[in-house]
Amino acid sequence: MAIPKVEELRHAVANEPNLFTGAIPKKDWQDSFTEFKEGNFAYPAKPEMVEYHKFPNPRIWSPTDDDWKLPDGWEDIILQGLKERLGKFRSLKVFMDICVRCGACADKCHFFLGTGDPKNMPVLRAELLRSVYRNEFSVGRKILSKMQGNRPMTVKVLKEWFMYAYQCTECRRCSVFCPYGIDTAEVTMMLRELLHLVGVGINWILEPAANSNRTGNHMGLQPHTFKENIGYLVDDIKDITGVDVHPTFNRKGAEILFITPSADVFAEPGIYTAMGYLLLFEHIGLDYTFSTYASEGGNFGLFTSNEMMKKLNAKMYAEAKRLGVKWILGGECGHMWRVLHQYMDTMNGPADFLEVPKSPITGTVFDNAKSTKMVHISEFTADLIKHNKLKLDPQRNAHRVPTFHDSCNPARAMGLMDEPRYILDHVVPKWYEMNENCIREKTYCCGSGTGLNTGEIMELRMRAGLPRANAVQDVNQRFGVNCLANVCAIDRATLTALMEYWLPPTGDDPMATTDVPVAGISELVGNALIMDGEIENRDQGLRFEELVTAETEG
Amino acid sequence: MKVLRPIIAVIALIVAGGVLGMSQGTQMLVGVILPSIAFLVFIVGIIRKVVDWSKSPVPFKIPTTCGQAKSLSFIKEDRFDCPNSKSDVIVRMILEIFLFRSLFRNTNAGVKSGDLPKLHYGPSLWLWLFGIMFHYTFLVIVLRHLRLFTEPVLPGIGLLEYFDGFVQVGAPVLYQSDLIFMGAITALFIRRLIMPQIRYISLDTDYFPLLLIFSIGATGMLMRHYFRVDVTGIKELTMGIVTLNWTNPGTIHPIFFIHVTLVSTLMIYFPFSKLTHAAGIFFSPTRNMANDSRATRHINPWNDPNIKPHSYADYEDEFRQFMVDADIPVEKELPPAPAAEKKEEVTE
Repeated sequence: MAIPKVEELRHAVANEPNLFTGAIPKKDWQDSFTEFKEGNFAYPAKPEMVEYHKFPNPRIWSPTDDDWKLPDGWEDIILQGLKERLGKFRSLKVFMDICVRCGACADKCHFFLGTGDPKNMPVLRAELLRSVYRNEFSVGRKILSKMQGNRPMTVKVLKEWFMYAYQCTECRRCSVFCPYGIDTAEVTMMLRELLHLVGVGINWILEPAANSNRTGNHMGLQPHTFKENIGYLVDDIKDITGVDVHPTFNRKGAEILFITPSADVFAEPGIYTAMGYLLLFEHIGLDYTFSTYASEGGNFGLFTSNEMMKKLNAKMYAEAKRLGVKWILGGECGHMWRVLHQYMDTMNGPADFLEVPKSPITGTVFDNAKSTKMVHISEFTADLIKHNKLKLDPQRNAHRVPTFHDSCNPARAMGLMDEPRYILDHVVPKWYEMNENCIREKTYCCGSGTGLNTGEIMELRMRAGLPRANAVQDVNQRFGVNCLANVCAIDRATLTALMEYWLPPTGDDPMATTDVPVAGISELVGNALIMDGEIENRDQGLRFEELVTAETEG
Repeated sequence: MKVLRPIIAVIALIVAGGVLGMSQGTQMLVGVILPSIAFLVFIVGIIRKVVDWSKSPVPFKIPTTCGQAKSLSFIKEDRFDCPNSKSDVIVRMILEIFLFRSLFRNTNAGVKSGDLPKLHYGPSLWLWLFGIMFHYTFLVIVLRHLRLFTEPVLPGIGLLEYFDGFVQVGAPVLYQSDLIFMGAITALFIRRLIMPQIRYISLDTDYFPLLLIFSIGATGMLMRHYFRVDVTGIKELTMGIVTLNWTNPGTIHPIFFIHVTLVSTLMIYFPFSKLTHAAGIFFSPTRNMANDSRATRHINPWNDPNIKPHSYADYEDEFRQFMVDADIPVEKELPPAPAAEKKEEVTE
């Protein structure tokens, strides 16, 4: 799918007539349906993936087909599924009943701001389900049907669910502004679960989920490859700093099991973040191990169903138990931390075979994680810095002027906001905040979370990422910000694409792909660390980039 | 026009109330029996709704965190936007319910075209303001009406009336709450009509309660200031409802019966509509839960213990050869040499 040139899209987002730019659609939303076209949907799951997960109705189909080859009696399957979920989730039941359609959420969604599509207003996204819910379950549905905007469960409605359940990244920004805390993420999760009941899902989620299940990580890295990849990073660290770092794998008796998203050991720029972890752990002499079996921090189950989430997450405790570690340390990742913080203990706890996490370096006890026994790397690092346990030279990051992007889940499902900022304060000479409406609990999604960072919907992703890109561009122009720091593996992949698109390089570096490259906080930490035995006058950063030393500056 | 049907519905209710309120024979029906039933439907309906919500468990702890969580000692915690304890949650809920905290965050996004599209955000407090004016004055008005349903009149009601009529305009005095109430409800209605996004999402059932409540306010004010209805007679009738000693003094202007018809409709409509947000907000899991899910285990009553991960044993069985070759520790050694035929291919 060809994506429009950035100049065209720049013009389009501000000028094409839509509900965001001020034009009112002629038809009621109940009666207008968007057509599926190459580029506005993620590819359906391959039959073998559907089979692998033992989901129903594996087949070859396309959203552009009239006939989606739904199973016989699919309407009943969906309605039964809805009824069952209303009984299992109070959130769903309450959120179906109490929305007053005040519209406070309308212009809070990055998908709406980027596309102007009315059904990307959180209120309407939820109404897609509510209209069916009212039609089936509300008192007075027979007489009030028309007045309530009710709709029967039809193929058109189902197709619409598929379209808009995969134009929501479950980022929860709308729920911050809703006077009743209605969380569209809950609605989207339910829509996706319901769609899976009739075999409607996307490959970019089900395949990584299958990989995670089988190989331990979504990239499908087998144990030796996983180890080998980290080996390359060890070599690079040696080349850059002259220091040997000593990661171990599946080692029984280690004090700490370290789990990070597998993208960190596989793809740029995540690998630089992983190099940061390796340097940090070597620096403090941490007794830790990677696991190749639990080699994925991320959880594609969160984007699929609660059962899948539980199944994939269960590996972490299982492996911690097998290896006999004391507690688990988690790398930088957004949705991974939603699962760890809000679901893991409930789903797979109690982790009574682990100990309350205690930093072996500072002695700090992480009471906030005393039940799950899992600590976020930013919490761990901030505590080390506070206790002066790290030798840091922020000047090594002097070539970087970062801003910090709060990832949706750490911000809105965890409340982890100031730990990374505290770290930034100590590892770079200077950094800047973006517009206050675009950070912390009001942060904007990268536009490609929840399994949507797939190539075939690139235009959608760039549109959805527009609010974030806009805020970065603003600090780039005002303060010369040239680094987008974050604590999320998906961000590292998706923001990179976003920055390359919206902020193409303007300088004269032929290698540059954007004016604002993306970096994990731990990369900045690793780059600033003064390691024992490092080469004198180290002149390269973790990306082999030239460091701006005091001499070259002066 | 989604606003047409609700207008017709409200007019029909007014006509019905008026017609039935004109003859002594049917006044009893519309002035006494209808509101009694409506009140019962209201109470029973709300209780049923709340019981229904309560029946569904809260499987996961999913607060929306709107500030820094409690973590390290040197990181400043935002207790009320990211509550860590029950007491903090209570404060958060009080802020939501009494001050509409979340709505107060509201912003208005727009886009400026030019060489580069530029998104901009401004505060947008009108909805918060109209909302809070409407809800508080509604409360004051309901409380003032308790004068009609208690004998002796509940303590405090007189004081409330005194302050509500503080500016001392007109006779009988004009209550400020009435004016603010009518202004706020009108503003909320107009907002729905003129703001493109809000208009597009509005259903008949969004206009209907606004129109109904507006008409209730209007008939109420007309009774007091224009028709000067027989208040003593009304009190006799309302006390009759409370004491189940139904009477109709026969001296009450039909406007009163219109008012009562509309109020009864509101009470009947309430439990089956979006108006249940008044009760629902207490049940919202993103607001009423503490963000302590890593410190305290939350129990899901339907957690399925049969969901197990792909086991380590199966994993090792599949990859043992690779693991041994890569010096990754294994639980079971490889089988003896001769049968060493590996079928899997290394794929990347």
